[in-house]
Amino acid sequence: MSDFVLEFEQVSKKFRRGQLHDSLRDFLPSLVRTALRRARSAELGEREFWALRDVSFAVPRGTAVGIIGPNGAGKSTILKILTGIMNPTSGTKSVRGSLSALIEVGAGFHPDLTGRENVFLNGTILGMSRRQIKAKLDEIIEFSGLSEFIDTPVKRYSSGMYARLGFSIACHVEPDILVVDEVLSVGDWAFQNKSMEKMKSILRGGATVIFVSHNLKAITELCDRAVYLDKGRIQSTGRSSEVVDAYIRRASEAARVPHARDAEAVIDRVVLRGVDGEVGVFRPGEKGFVDVVISSATCDKPLAVAIALRDENYNMFFYIDSARLEAEPFQLRPGESKTLTFELDMHLAPGSYFLNAALTRPDLDVTVDHRPMAASFVVHSDVDVRGVANLYPRLTRS
Amino acid sequence: MLGAVRSVIRHKDLLLMLTWRDIHIKYKQSIMGFLWALFMPMIIVAAGIMIKLAFSYISAQPLAKQGIITISVKSLPWAFFVSSVRFSSNSLVANPNLVTKIYFPRIIFPVSAVIAQLFDFVIASVVLVVILAFLGVGASTQLLWVPLLVGILIVLVLGLGIFLSAANLFFRDVKYLVEVILTFAIFFTPVFYEAEMFGRRADLLLLNPIAPILEGLRECVVLHRAPDPGWIGYSGVLAVVVLVLAIRSFVRLEPRFAESI
Repeated sequence: MSDFVLEFEQVSKKFRRGQLHDSLRDFLPSLVRTALRRARSAELGEREFWALRDVSFAVPRGTAVGIIGPNGAGKSTILKILTGIMNPTSGTKSVRGSLSALIEVGAGFHPDLTGRENVFLNGTILGMSRRQIKAKLDEIIEFSGLSEFIDTPVKRYSSGMYARLGFSIACHVEPDILVVDEVLSVGDWAFQNKSMEKMKSILRGGATVIFVSHNLKAITELCDRAVYLDKGRIQSTGRSSEVVDAYIRRASEAARVPHARDAEAVIDRVVLRGVDGEVGVFRPGEKGFVDVVISSATCDKPLAVAIALRDENYNMFFYIDSARLEAEPFQLRPGESKTLTFELDMHLAPGSYFLNAALTRPDLDVTVDHRPMAASFVVHSDVDVRGVANLYPRLTRS
Repeated sequence: MLGAVRSVIRHKDLLLMLTWRDIHIKYKQSIMGFLWALFMPMIIVAAGIMIKLAFSYISAQPLAKQGIITISVKSLPWAFFVSSVRFSSNSLVANPNLVTKIYFPRIIFPVSAVIAQLFDFVIASVVLVVILAFLGVGASTQLLWVPLLVGILIVLVLGLGIFLSAANLFFRDVKYLVEVILTFAIFFTPVFYEAEMFGRRADLLLLNPIAPILEGLRECVVLHRAPDPGWIGYSGVLAVVVLVLAIRSFVRLEPRFAESI
């Protein structure tokens, strides 16, 4: 017997765009139509599309696999097929062992019930027995940090409290295979750290974890392997850092759509590179270079190029423009093109970051062209510094 | 089919939990609380008494105590039938979050809906037993029929609930259809009247599978005589067939629930 606890073989899933027939009036004609013309599962009918196409992968026991990709890539569809919520149109999946899914925290909550009652309700929905829940009740309440409010109906909870309770229940289920869909981003910063630690301890306990997230840092931190999915197909698989790198490079390429069409001057290209060429992963203190290629159609006025860095929550924490660096805006002759390179020392805490670029007219204080998501990158570090800046802390005792 | 039954047994904790939730939610934040379990049967009994009174005026015969007792005995199972078919046919549509986000055997939804209504039925029955004892309706060995008759009713309700919950998920028309039928079904079912009033055409009324159950309850509880085994057998077989077909079609449609809801 193979040691794969989870296998997908050539799995495809077809969906329909638009409305399904929802009432008998629409249904009867469509029934006649399908009876006359037998639809074959390998072909697409009108208004149909492939949410997944020939997806195959296998997960060995005790490993953590991350699934990444842009919105609509088919990540959630994979999870739904995995958990049995949906059946694939073609292909097979096999699951060995008990499986529990955290697709949405608190999906089974009832607003009128108290926190404690919802722990029992949600726990059984997620597959625990009453006895198991009783044994873990104190631990769950403790982890959520809501012991004061546990006998209050959850309809009076804030959304953060709601999510915290949901996550606390879910991470105490202890299945053989745990499927997690973007639930680590709930609660405040302190709770997120706690959740991350909990996930790590679940992994150390030997569970197999499938992890879907847009948090690329969490993926590289938690997962050994990753699958990069786009438009229903697997784009790359392998070690998680390499796959994340491939994804970031592709995503930033896709973001390079011309922004301003009839502008007087435009940003043609933004490239983020390290010392050895284009990369998506840095270590603290490494050099990074941002090349911004601009060209002018008609403009002969002074221009400035600005770059900004944002953290995972899109908060800008760094901004600089060429006018501030050179004290003087520069000018382009019509038709001329120019590359400005910003050299940066990446003294950053581990995390994922986004790079924005903009072309401005300092004299008028207007933005001529703008690339909101020109590139994104991840910073890795051995020291788990939190926040954005890396001040290289050292500890001495006396 | 057997797989579905086995998976429900495996998830019995969940079944009880969802049932408990439905019962709990109903009585939470309500002033009347458990009196609600008596409310619907009481209204039906009151309506029945009105109709009996009208009959007695026309026929110039006084309203007998037995008539009122009969209506009470029939109203309770009828109230259970109506509310559990209504509640269970909405059970999947009312939980879209659970249907699309978490996997467990979906059949638990309609089954727990029926059990939650059964709880009300039991409360109302206890009250009815006290009233009947007070009114001097005696006991006899014929009462041994009652568990069988109620059992058939539960099987029938489960079958209808399971089938209608799936049908309602695909076509919302089903909900309105069920509403209309449930509202007027009381006129086609011997609740306020007896099937035997129709003489030779009584058999036609008994084709409705609930009719032999209600008539059977009247006979064994009020009249202390054995119900017609032929008609009880008919209802029983029909109920089992409905349940088997319902579970089969439910299990076959289940993989499409998440994308069709």
